[in-house]
Amino acid sequence: MVVLRGITKRFPAVLANDQVDLDLHPGEVHALLGENGAGKSTLMKILYGFYSADCGEIKLQGDPVHIHSPHDARRLGIGMVFQTFTLIPAMTVAENAALYLPDLPPVVDTRRVAKQISSLGEKYGIQVSHRFPVRDLPIGDQQKVEILKLLVGRARVLIFDEATRVLAPHEIEGLFDIFERLKGDGYAIVFITHKMREVLACADRITVMRRGRIAGTLTRSEATESALVALMFGDAIPQEATSAPLPPAAPGSALLALRSVNTRPQGASTPLRDVCLEISQGEIVGVAGVSGNGQRELVDVILGLLPCAAGKRLLHGEDATSWSAGQIRASGVGFVPEDPLGMAVVPWMTLSQNAALGDVAAYARRGGLSLGWDRVRQDIVTSFAALEFEPLSLYAPVRTFSGGQLQRAVLARELGRRPRLLVASYPTRGLDVRSAAAARRVLVQLRNSGGGVLLVSEDLDELFSLSDRLVVLRRGRIVGAFRPGEVDRHEIGHLMTDSEVGE
Amino acid sequence: MSAFTSPARRLRGACAAGVRVVRKGWAIAAARYAIVLAIALLAYAVVLLLAGKNPLQAYSDTFSFTLGSWYGFSEVVVRMIPLLLTAIAVALPSKLGLINVGGEGQLYMGAWLATWGAITFTGLPAAVFIPLLIVLGFVGGGVWAAVAGFFRARGLVNETITTLLMNYVSPLIVGFFVYGTWRSREVGASAFPQSAAFPEAARLPRFFDTRIHLGLVLALILLLLFWFVLEKTAWGLKMRAIGGNPEAARRLGVRLGLYIIVAMFVAGGIAGLAGMAEVSALHGRLRAGFSPGYGFTGFLISWLAGGSPLGILTMSFVLAVVFSAGSLLQITQGVPFAAVNVLMALILFVVLMKPRLLGRLS
Ligand SMILES: Nc1ncnc2c1ncn2[C@@H]1O[C@H](COP(=O)(O)OP(=O)(O)OP(=O)(O)O)[C@@H](O)[C@H]1O
Ligand SMILES: [Mg+2]
Repeated sequence: MVVLRGITKRFPAVLANDQVDLDLHPGEVHALLGENGAGKSTLMKILYGFYSADCGEIKLQGDPVHIHSPHDARRLGIGMVFQTFTLIPAMTVAENAALYLPDLPPVVDTRRVAKQISSLGEKYGIQVSHRFPVRDLPIGDQQKVEILKLLVGRARVLIFDEATRVLAPHEIEGLFDIFERLKGDGYAIVFITHKMREVLACADRITVMRRGRIAGTLTRSEATESALVALMFGDAIPQEATSAPLPPAAPGSALLALRSVNTRPQGASTPLRDVCLEISQGEIVGVAGVSGNGQRELVDVILGLLPCAAGKRLLHGEDATSWSAGQIRASGVGFVPEDPLGMAVVPWMTLSQNAALGDVAAYARRGGLSLGWDRVRQDIVTSFAALEFEPLSLYAPVRTFSGGQLQRAVLARELGRRPRLLVASYPTRGLDVRSAAAARRVLVQLRNSGGGVLLVSEDLDELFSLSDRLVVLRRGRIVGAFRPGEVDRHEIGHLMTDSEVGE
Repeated sequence: MSAFTSPARRLRGACAAGVRVVRKGWAIAAARYAIVLAIALLAYAVVLLLAGKNPLQAYSDTFSFTLGSWYGFSEVVVRMIPLLLTAIAVALPSKLGLINVGGEGQLYMGAWLATWGAITFTGLPAAVFIPLLIVLGFVGGGVWAAVAGFFRARGLVNETITTLLMNYVSPLIVGFFVYGTWRSREVGASAFPQSAAFPEAARLPRFFDTRIHLGLVLALILLLLFWFVLEKTAWGLKMRAIGGNPEAARRLGVRLGLYIIVAMFVAGGIAGLAGMAEVSALHGRLRAGFSPGYGFTGFLISWLAGGSPLGILTMSFVLAVVFSAGSLLQITQGVPFAAVNVLMALILFVVLMKPRLLGRLS
């Protein structure tokens, strides 16, 4: 259906795609794998007309096509869900979808689009409330909107760049069901992911990229996890995360305590209800839950971005209910947000500038008249090395980083400060297998050296293997608290979704 | 082209353009400014022709009376002072993503408070008076702008709207005083709506036997400071972070509200200095409607310059020439002063086509 030949793309610093050939077939899910920065997103952005290739050609149904812009691509029936969000926050779901139509009429009938959304959503089991502006939706729902948008736009070639990154396990299964149905209708699907399990679950054909080149293409029957990993990383086989076997460090004093915290409802967000939570030194507390059940609010309350309407926030034993976000950060609290590009960095600033922003007070010289850039650079490089991440250019705007590279940069900055408490939302999201393992290792190191970690994740495996304690969040309440050994995934899954525990 | 992808595409375009500009150096930038000017002047010539004037004569008059003589040049510099200051007053908040269109109002309030000082503390020596006027001018404009900053920081009202609307208020406040309690009682002077004359010690010193005054030094120092603070200091880094991604800045513990209020205060203060310098150095009294729209032109300059200090310096100079030409052509050719606005609008239009011009150049 789609044939890419000899695609080459050079960015100022790197050769992102080097003579790449790729064939997409109708009725097939084609998975694209590769370490962070391998060039997967770049290749797909070229197919989608977002970048133009330096050389190479694209054929659609046998005819050479020139795709100069996403508009061209959409007219040819190629649609893409980007790795970073491209929804317009102030507009509603229907308006966002309408914008994406290849043939947007002068007078937009958003009600018709909304109807289309509901019927498509029903057909494929993707439920979102489309009355609210997109910025009020939890990130998981935003991802669903991206998918719906594509379907409404009638694309025949669907590109999903790490679409499952923000979805809960059952939602991922739902997505794969959608893939099955779409395959039956002759759609061609490209699916980029870092999770082997997903690849093996849904792909018919798997292409592995490494440093801008195709390392190999396998059909589903030939593929095994170890074969894929070997292709991805060459000879170097990634170290598996040696996570929680260490005995829980002697529970230190409480770093954080939330006492019956409530927050005010805002838009479609889920307010917290009577949340009590403690994190002690040397402890990783995992938060399980379907996204949109108060995770964002919990994190924001801890970081001081959201006031407690009732209840108390204690930090390091002091009453910190009225502390500002700045005070809380200065007291040694770090964060890894759910959306690093939107929440943790200034996209057009360089890596070193963003690193300096992480702790301006510490890098300020002569009372703030200048900044110790040498220290900044040294710290971030050291931190990258400690995490065993490949170093990145210090002088490139972080906007040019790949999704995983950006996540690494944020992790390196936040962990480099040696926080006493780290609030990590989906810290391994978007990382390749090896980087994810490294990040987990560092979380455990932090905990072993007496730090506390709040780990919000949808990856139950990750939660079970890293956490010393687990809490389950549903509709803004903590509906269960366990040690990982006491429960199994099934029970947690029930708690996350059902009303096993009454209100 | 659907609007859905356009922000990202625009970003990409800007990035590519940025790289190009850096690579080809300032030669391109200079050529760009020259072309912009040439086109605007050509279009304005047509306007003059249509009005039955002789554009060649007009331009040669303008040239010889502004750049062609020391006196003319000095008058251009005098015009440049308030433009520089009001341009900084726009450029500084723009780094935080704030749009201050209230330079004109802030200028009036700076002049107003400075005048209050000048006609109240008449006995002071110059060594005390001048610093006092600087402080008063700064505070007058600063507080006026900080009000807008405060409402913005509280998330109540957008600063663009507040500053814009407050522009209508401050000339009225000045008018209220110069028509009322402050109106001069001197014989002759009382015929006009203006305050009493400033004492000699309250007049900013002038240099080189021209009307160029201390305001120039202030403006240049502030321009340098503006560059230094934004590019080199910790506060500048935070301010640029607020402009680049307020959400991230907030999460990184930057006190957005404080920075917004302070930045607006300082910006307003700088515009206020422009007003203070005008009344103290040039007029020696507060007059109703003394500014021919310097505050608005400052906005145009900052925007044309893209907030860069060198650009501000260049564009202030160019627009000062335009202003001088306005009053000159009024005398020599009988073109109304307001016709200057036509030329300014033409410059603006040409600059709006900037990206395409640049594309053709490279
Ligand atoms: N606009 C850009 N300007 C400069 N360099 C870029 C740009 N976009 C991507 N790159 C670089 O190209 C390389 C490939 O990036 P790409 O986004 O394709 O990686 P990826 O395979 O999608 O990685 P990830 O799994 O982390 O998303 C990276 O080294 C990245 O830094
Ligand atoms: Mg990618």
